[in-house]
Amino acid sequence: MAEPRPVLEMAGIVKEFPGVRALSDVDFRLFPGEIHALMGENGAGKSTLIKVLTGVHPLDGGTITLDGRSVRITSPLQAQQAGISTVYQEVNLCPNLSVAENIFIGREPTRMGRIQWKQLRRQAAELVERLGLDIDVGAPLSSYPLAVQQLVAIVRSLGTGTSTGGGEGPGTKVLILDEPTSSLDRDEVLQLFALMRRLKDEGVAILFVSHFLDQIYEVCDRMTVLRNGTLVGEHMVRDLDQVGLVQLMLGKAMGQLDELHDQQLHSHAGETLVRAEGLGRTGGIAPFDLEIRKGEVIGLAGLLGSGRTELARLLFGADQPDSGKVSIEGRQVSMSAPNDAIGAGVAFCSENRKSEGLVPDLTVRENIILALQASRGWTRPIPVAQRDELVAKYIKALDIRPANPEARVGQLSGGNQQKVLLARWLITQPKLLILDEPTRGIDIGAKAEIQKLVVSLSEDGMSVLYIAAELEEVLRLSHTIGVLRDRRLVAQIPNGPEITTTRILETIASGEHQ
Amino acid sequence: MSATTKSPTASDSRTASGSRTPSKAARLLGDRRLPVAVTALLFLLMYLGGLTRYQNFGFTEPQVFLNLFIDNGYLLVAAVGVTFVILSGGIDLSVGSVIGFTTMFTAWLVERQGLPLLVVIPMALAVGAFGGFLMGYVIHNFEIQPFIVTLAGLFLFRGLCLVISKESISISDSSVSSMAERQVSLGIGFLSLGAIISLVVLAVAFYVLHYTRFGRRVYAVGGNEQSALLMGLPQGGTKIAVYTVSGFCSALAGLLFTLYIQSGDPLHATGMELDAIAAVVIGGTLLTGGSGYVLGTLFGVLVLGLIKSLIQFEGTLSSWWTKIATGVLLCAFILIQRFMTTRRKT
Ligand SMILES: Nc1ncnc2c1ncn2[C@@H]1O[C@H](COP(=O)(O)OP(=O)(O)O)[C@@H](O)[C@H]1O
Ligand SMILES: [Mg+2]
Repeated sequence: MAEPRPVLEMAGIVKEFPGVRALSDVDFRLFPGEIHALMGENGAGKSTLIKVLTGVHPLDGGTITLDGRSVRITSPLQAQQAGISTVYQEVNLCPNLSVAENIFIGREPTRMGRIQWKQLRRQAAELVERLGLDIDVGAPLSSYPLAVQQLVAIVRSLGTGTSTGGGEGPGTKVLILDEPTSSLDRDEVLQLFALMRRLKDEGVAILFVSHFLDQIYEVCDRMTVLRNGTLVGEHMVRDLDQVGLVQLMLGKAMGQLDELHDQQLHSHAGETLVRAEGLGRTGGIAPFDLEIRKGEVIGLAGLLGSGRTELARLLFGADQPDSGKVSIEGRQVSMSAPNDAIGAGVAFCSENRKSEGLVPDLTVRENIILALQASRGWTRPIPVAQRDELVAKYIKALDIRPANPEARVGQLSGGNQQKVLLARWLITQPKLLILDEPTRGIDIGAKAEIQKLVVSLSEDGMSVLYIAAELEEVLRLSHTIGVLRDRRLVAQIPNGPEITTTRILETIASGEHQ
Repeated sequence: MSATTKSPTASDSRTASGSRTPSKAARLLGDRRLPVAVTALLFLLMYLGGLTRYQNFGFTEPQVFLNLFIDNGYLLVAAVGVTFVILSGGIDLSVGSVIGFTTMFTAWLVERQGLPLLVVIPMALAVGAFGGFLMGYVIHNFEIQPFIVTLAGLFLFRGLCLVISKESISISDSSVSSMAERQVSLGIGFLSLGAIISLVVLAVAFYVLHYTRFGRRVYAVGGNEQSALLMGLPQGGTKIAVYTVSGFCSALAGLLFTLYIQSGDPLHATGMELDAIAAVVIGGTLLTGGSGYVLGTLFGVLVLGLIKSLIQFEGTLSSWWTKIATGVLLCAFILIQRFMTTRRKT
């Protein structure tokens, strides 16, 4: 079969950031009516390729050809006008505006320069409904959780001029989705895929980035693999199996993860560390009892919004409980602020590493040292030598890349940012480590490392409360699995060989465990 | 593996995310219109207080109320311009100097050069708008803090006043005084031309901010500039335009001030940018940008004006009390805003 002409061709792309060569001599092409996966570990340069294409970053070398014509795109606006709509990796919308406005801003329906608000809301509601979402488009975006915001970003990109939306302009020729599914649940993903397929049938070329291999194999036709900013190859999805793909991405073989499960089942948990009795918060989570023993890993399973994060926040004092009490090592503690929890040896790695955890403008070293310094009080600085030694130790232990304590955290890839956040808490040597979606949006390599770390921490006697969207992950790591449903802790299941994802799913679905 | 096994039913996840919709009370607290309502209520209470306390001293005259618009029209216009800037996440410190400069510029051209007022007005407006444009251009293209750039503008325009003349120039031109004395009767009282113009400016600003794409871009840029850029909005142009609007409003405020005071003076309106910023903040606009209403600015200006007239009615208090009261109010309102934004987050 003769290949049609690609709608987009990038050749010899080079992009350098101070100290990092993010892309060197990368070629990439995109065909109309095809879904093309861009694969690679965190930091491989996927987002950077997308950003140079859409004019966020200037090119340092190479050419871009769109529809057979050579183009220079210098701003996202220009990219949109050329028919490229993009959902960037981090949710990039305006939290202060309503959902409807976020979908339409820049191309609101107007009559003689006057925005037609009624029409705008109606069209927004239609678009949102098409994705099967039930949200009030008049409410401010900030009143919705991250997952919904991500969906809104997708709706916006779909609206930019395709037949799906009432926009103007040339119509979308290229749709770029950079990890749009990282915080979506299965259902939302399915809706998105249905839409992507429809657009594909309409001849739109789609560039799709995801860390979920299954998703790639479900919807994509072709893929391009990057490693460390260089092109590894372009393949048809049907010609390359998952193992082959992972080997291309990592440059090494998989299989390290499988041993974890059995090993972890031999519980070595000791005496009680944390005991929560009747702890609850209206609107957050119904009162629950929970016991965490020393060295125990408790995994929380449940749907998005089932109360996993809310439970963890109560244990950390980030939210105030309405009822119940917590004791740590037999002593009752009042958890009225995270500071109390930190004092009692609880650490919390949040799901929202961008807004709650890290300070992007500080260096890796400063970010790592932050919590330790806070726990010592600001008047007692840590000696420089000791500090540098500690930082170097954790950079090495967690394999933070680049291994440069002076690098600004904001410039690290997602997986490495997550490791910095972890390092920051580990350095305070907590007794209980709460990890809220520590592996969200990071690649397989980094994921495996973080999971291995959890295992070794628990062997050293640290208790871990582990929240993850992927059941397999919870199952692999936990001694006990807490199942949440509709903001209620419905079951606590001791892990064992007979426990499978299906069993957990049944519990989530039925709300009871037999 | 992975997410394939995650969500068994659709209804489950829907109800879960549905229950994240905030409760009624939280919604009210999170409503961005609340600060405006609070300021309006404050104004009403203060006005009622004045009515009862000074009822025998003529406070009950409707004209006292209308005078608020007459005496603060120029401040309202300047504050409207500042509202645009603050909504976009910036700040403009040059307002007072541009007003001062405009009074000098106008007085000098009309009195010393004998130009007709109707020629001078568009010139003054153009100079103000151009000054704002330049500041916006520098802020955007060289990525310099607006605080610094407009601070430079503050010194520059104040210096230019002195270049024109070191002494004040009083205006005796009849076209100016006739324009200044023109009144519009409302039955219960009258408004000056300046007051009417300021209300028109307010209405236009409201329309622009809420019914034009430019206005919405101002909010978007103030909400998250990086996002605005990635959403393909011309964020640079918006910023430049916002400072141009502020420069234009400052010049217009300067013209109204000239009418009101009928002279030009190199020291006119010193520090008025701070009054304007105070009015905007008291009116419920967040200094961080992206949230607020120009209608709130009206109430902010009215509250400040009312403090002034209440202190005048009191008679025994020195006018410095105006500053003290403004300071206290400003603190109170910033605290309220702080409380509300933290509420909104949880
Ligand atoms: N704005 C930036 N400044 C400096 N370095 C950056 C910037 N953005 C990305 N990088 C670096 O470029 C490399 C590629 O990152 P990225 O494209 O985000 O990877 P991916 O999306 O594949 O995970 C990383 O080493 C990252 O640290
Ligand atoms: Mg990326």
